[in-house]
Amino acid sequence: MTHVILSNLTKSFPGNPVAAVNTMNLDIPSGQLVAFLGPSGCGKTTTLKMIAGLITPTVGDITFDGASVLAVPPEKRGAVMVFQNYLLFPYMSVGQNVGFGLKMRGVEPKVIDRKVIEMLDLVKLPNIANRRPRQLSGGQQQRVALARALITEPKVLLLDEPLSNLDAHLRDEMRELILSIQRNLGVTMIFVTHDQEEAVLLANQIALIFDGVLQQYAAPDVFYRQPISERAARFFGGINFVPATRRGERLETAFGAFHVRTPGVENAPEGEVTLTIRPEQVVLNPADDENCTSGRIRSRIYVGTYTRYKIMIGDIEIEATRSGDIDHALNEGDAVRVGFPADRIWVVGRS
Amino acid sequence: MTVRNRRPFFYLAVAVICILLVLPVITFMINAFAFRWFYPQFIPAEWSLQAWERLQLIPPEGERTLTNWLALLGSSDVIDALVVSLVIGVGVTLFSVVIGLPAARALGMHKFRGKRIVEFMILAPTIVPSIAFVLGLNINFIRWELSGSLFGVALVHLVPVMPYVVLTLSGVFANYNPDFEDQARTLGAGPLRTFWYVTLPAIFPGIVVAALFAFLVSWSQYLLTFLIGAGRVITLPILLFASASGGNNAVIAVMSLIFIAPAILTLLVTSRYLSGESGAVGGFGRI
Repeated sequence: MTHVILSNLTKSFPGNPVAAVNTMNLDIPSGQLVAFLGPSGCGKTTTLKMIAGLITPTVGDITFDGASVLAVPPEKRGAVMVFQNYLLFPYMSVGQNVGFGLKMRGVEPKVIDRKVIEMLDLVKLPNIANRRPRQLSGGQQQRVALARALITEPKVLLLDEPLSNLDAHLRDEMRELILSIQRNLGVTMIFVTHDQEEAVLLANQIALIFDGVLQQYAAPDVFYRQPISERAARFFGGINFVPATRRGERLETAFGAFHVRTPGVENAPEGEVTLTIRPEQVVLNPADDENCTSGRIRSRIYVGTYTRYKIMIGDIEIEATRSGDIDHALNEGDAVRVGFPADRIWVVGRS
Repeated sequence: MTVRNRRPFFYLAVAVICILLVLPVITFMINAFAFRWFYPQFIPAEWSLQAWERLQLIPPEGERTLTNWLALLGSSDVIDALVVSLVIGVGVTLFSVVIGLPAARALGMHKFRGKRIVEFMILAPTIVPSIAFVLGLNINFIRWELSGSLFGVALVHLVPVMPYVVLTLSGVFANYNPDFEDQARTLGAGPLRTFWYVTLPAIFPGIVVAALFAFLVSWSQYLLTFLIGAGRVITLPILLFASASGGNNAVIAVMSLIFIAPAILTLLVTSRYLSGESGAVGGFGRI
């Protein structure tokens, strides 16, 4: 249970004028599961390694429970990292791998053996202590890596892309395991990922990072309803962006005026803005006429559990999805009424 | 090409290796224990240990008591030279691996400006003949009073040894993942224990091969020892060259056997690290 605070954290590498991590301020309450999300090279792994003590920040501070840890070397910091490719030591058995952290702390061999068994039970891999890491599957290796990290009772557990090397059903299993460990042990966990799905699946809070700068730090659903920018919206699969002029609740676009009453929109930009709405929130042939306009269906793509429509409104393309069975009343070339519910529209600054 | 077609070439290769490498050793073995071995005898008619006695490696017949065996340690030139060769060889091996590790790590794992030049400089001793640089070095070694000392000879042996050590080890580091070290650090291992528990096991096969090269290259140096040793540092090759011009086949054979024994022994001990699987010799793929 550790409260981690990053303040003005900055890292510049020699020979590179652009800071890899730029003035990052982040408050990670005790026992949270936070995702650092961003495209590769955005500085998220650098930030993680700074928390672990493997990279020294150029400017700024990192505190665990209020005390700065900058002067604490990685082996004493209590921030344990689990790497994406697991990095089990190939010269040791699974049991020796898991017990490594305790051995480094000078714990008695007998106690280590007992704890190793406990930990392997916790990650649901009993009776494999004598195997060699290369005899295990990728998913098993990751659990062993997790057990090896947890045995030291870390203050902060740092995970590098914890789900990305796993196939679909293992992802679910691993997610359940990480969440249950997090609930039971209450350890503060931070993980980095470039995959928004992975972040949404696991995290309580997501820190979205672009180009070394923290963009938005919020719960996962906020990124769908109230993205901070067009780029943030696009990163979470947003696709509909329409230039608009906003005055209070009123949005003027090339194809008509709309009202916006989404909670939180009062803090969003005014004037020249971009209207955005998620494809699943666009209503086709709505019952009432508020926030409605007319378009023509350009294409219909049936994806199984839902159908994707591309609709031309003037020369602007809007995408809408409808879940459930295919609707044979809506065909390519048909005229259609398109509704943007006032409490679903969002506005971001014009980029 | 099928396996069947490859067979004759395989046997041919084995035959060539036998003729070039094994046959001379057998000839040495026979010579070393022959009393007289004249044409057309296929094997010598009489055997003896006279060459071994002459080189004071065995006490004369009838005097083989423990005290006489022990007395050989101080009086035999060959044993003295063997000790000198071993001391220099082991010293050069240890020192070259210790200073070669950081260089190999930098070359194997990092890109930096001038890397090609550094690589070329490290390789240079394998291209430039010893005689080209040792005369110049000798002037300085005399000035620094290193000439004629064990330390001076060991130092000059490093010149031909370092390319082998650095190239072998840089091949190992090219396939090495430094994240393992970060992993060990966050799990609670300090820098020293990280090296001991994580880095060393990963690079150990490479170190063995590098050490083997270092020892053998140092072991077989003649010219550098001869010039820098200034006649005061007598290693086995110095003695061997001197006796080779002496014309006594039995003596030459005995000395040659003693000279190649450590090489064969170390090869046997380390052969499992030399196999392609260990990847320890990967560094040579880049030459």
